[in-house]
Amino acid sequence: MRANTWAGRNKVKVRDVPDPKILNKRDAIVRITSTAICGSDLHLIDGYVPTMQDGDVIGHEFMGEVIEVGAGVPADKLRVGDRVVVPFPIACGACGACAAELYSCCENSNPNAGIAEKMFGHPVAGIFGYSHLTGGFAGGQAQYARVPFADVGPLKIESDLTDEQVLFLSDILPTGYMGADLCDIQPTDVVAVWGAGPVGQFAMDSARVLGAAKVIAIDKEPYRLQMAERAGYTTINFEEVDVRSRLLELTGGRGPDKCIDAVGQEATHGSAHVHAYDRAKQAVRLETERPHALRQAILSCRSGGIVSVIGVYGGFLDKFPSGAWMNRALTLRTGQCHVQRYMKPLLQRIERGEIDPTRVITHTLPLDEAERGFDIFKNKQDHCEKVVLKP
Amino acid sequence: MTQLAVREAASVRQEEVQRRGRGLGWMSLGLGVAQLAAPDTVRRISGVDDSPTSRAVVPLVGVRELVHAAGLLTSRRKGIWVWTRVVGDAMDLTSLGMALAHRGGPRRRRLVGVTGAVLGITVLDLLTAVQATRAKQIGSGPAVRGARRGGAMELTATTTVRKPASEVYAFWRDLGNLPTFMAHLQEVRATGGRTSHWSASAPFGTNVEWDAEIIDEAAGEKIAWRSTGNADVPNAGTVRFVPAPDGVSTEVQVLLTYDIPGGPVGKAVAKYFGEEPHQQLDDDLRRLKQVLETGEVVRSDGAPWGKRARKEFPQRPAQPLSASDLAKGADA
Repeated sequence: MRANTWAGRNKVKVRDVPDPKILNKRDAIVRITSTAICGSDLHLIDGYVPTMQDGDVIGHEFMGEVIEVGAGVPADKLRVGDRVVVPFPIACGACGACAAELYSCCENSNPNAGIAEKMFGHPVAGIFGYSHLTGGFAGGQAQYARVPFADVGPLKIESDLTDEQVLFLSDILPTGYMGADLCDIQPTDVVAVWGAGPVGQFAMDSARVLGAAKVIAIDKEPYRLQMAERAGYTTINFEEVDVRSRLLELTGGRGPDKCIDAVGQEATHGSAHVHAYDRAKQAVRLETERPHALRQAILSCRSGGIVSVIGVYGGFLDKFPSGAWMNRALTLRTGQCHVQRYMKPLLQRIERGEIDPTRVITHTLPLDEAERGFDIFKNKQDHCEKVVLKP
Repeated sequence: MTQLAVREAASVRQEEVQRRGRGLGWMSLGLGVAQLAAPDTVRRISGVDDSPTSRAVVPLVGVRELVHAAGLLTSRRKGIWVWTRVVGDAMDLTSLGMALAHRGGPRRRRLVGVTGAVLGITVLDLLTAVQATRAKQIGSGPAVRGARRGGAMELTATTTVRKPASEVYAFWRDLGNLPTFMAHLQEVRATGGRTSHWSASAPFGTNVEWDAEIIDEAAGEKIAWRSTGNADVPNAGTVRFVPAPDGVSTEVQVLLTYDIPGGPVGKAVAKYFGEEPHQQLDDDLRRLKQVLETGEVVRSDGAPWGKRARKEFPQRPAQPLSASDLAKGADA
């Protein structure tokens, strides 16, 4: 089959690889009909996630048709022919973490748990196409994929919604939603979202449907801010104004009640000096993160507020504003998304028309043009927001 | 005593040694500061204030005491530092003896008092030093590096399985299940109610086999076993099944001891276990958890060989296996 693979830093390559096979009894094989490039794939490409190997099939947002199931998948859970969206974290459904609905921390799905444990203190779940640290599972930017624990993860789509409407249930829609969910949003809340990429846009939509009084988008790309503005949100361009001052103006001096970091480890900063400082430390591996968005969110949030982090971090960061965090009674919440927890309720919201995930799609390309897709997405060319690939 | 009890007792003794070592450290600190800050008072109390030599010696002894104090208060290896105090005591007693020989009257009385005190302290130091050295020998299972010279290697690991203790116990008690998750085991066959025959892969593609017997067990709680007869590597193990606080899970606590022989066999065994034998046992228990909670050992494209994946890196790429790769690993 054809599959998009990691070929070194800043290099992806679509190549021929063997078709996936059942390795465990509870596996299924899915013929992929739609897949997408995610912002977190850029962390792999930029070389900030360790344990990538040449030839790794990447991609963790995919859906398609079940063409084979293992002997351990009960027929009432999944059958050949089912149309499914596959959540990016692989979860067994039986361990303590899964019982607590912390699917992205599944204790059994990562065969390389020993490595993850050394890096993070405790292991994390397996993830499709997302380094060997998260299991070394082949990803979904391919024609076919093997899906472990197929009786737990995949969500059956039985209505006639299009691929584009449901594909993002695999990751970015639940991720954005979890960012808002962690904020305990009240009807009086002003919610500020750092990053107007696809996850940020869905965090804004989720804050809206969860009842926030006002939603503010922070980014530097005018086209991304325009996309947020069209959806009805207030915008701040951090290259044009001072974010903290502008947020104070917009909130009567209080600061936003809830702040969502939908940026993560590769943020850019309005000040060239600050950006250069963290970029240099990152380049020589003195820190793995450029945490501008997180620092700014903590400093901006009103006292007693919640800062929710859904942007990806991978290692260690410097100049964490612990003084502001502690003295102003802030709550920091975070996690890789527990997608399985949110898929069904979000599918219902899509069916009811409360959220339209298709609004972020700017490009649809054949799988064989994945390299070009990565290029325009990474360099924000051609007003690129989200690339869908068709195998 | 079971191995666990031995370990617990050893760790209590270690704590006692640490505590007493710290106490001696503070004593040295006090003495050293006094000898440096008020050497004349110290000389008067000791009855050597008439000697010009003591004017130079007392502050020097003070410096030495500060070195003892620094070692005893900051290092975990109290044994060595207490021995340095014993050496210091011997020096002090020699000096005091020499001073005693040349004095009479009230100075002699004061000297006798101080010498008595130093003798008492010497006994305490000697006792602590001997205990610290013993506690170290009993308490620490020598790591593999040490095992190259032969000796006991002790491994512990624990995991939590979301199944009741009775079920986890039953799975383990059916000894034939052990090779499904323990990487080095090929086969375990029950040969009687409490006896069994084990075979494991060994270095250079060879196999080692031995007999074992269960020496202690309590249904749903504990199994203890040891090798019998002429095992190449005599070994023993204890596993406890303790209900976890959540009311549904079981904490599995494993202790394995290997009596590694010296010489080339020992070297080969140590090499086989690698630099991180604990990591292997941790991985064994991770697989036990996978088998009990999900039905089998979880495989990925990067690590497709289940328990046969001895080393995690380098892995094969996260890319589906070819038919020939799959055939190669089918027996894993």
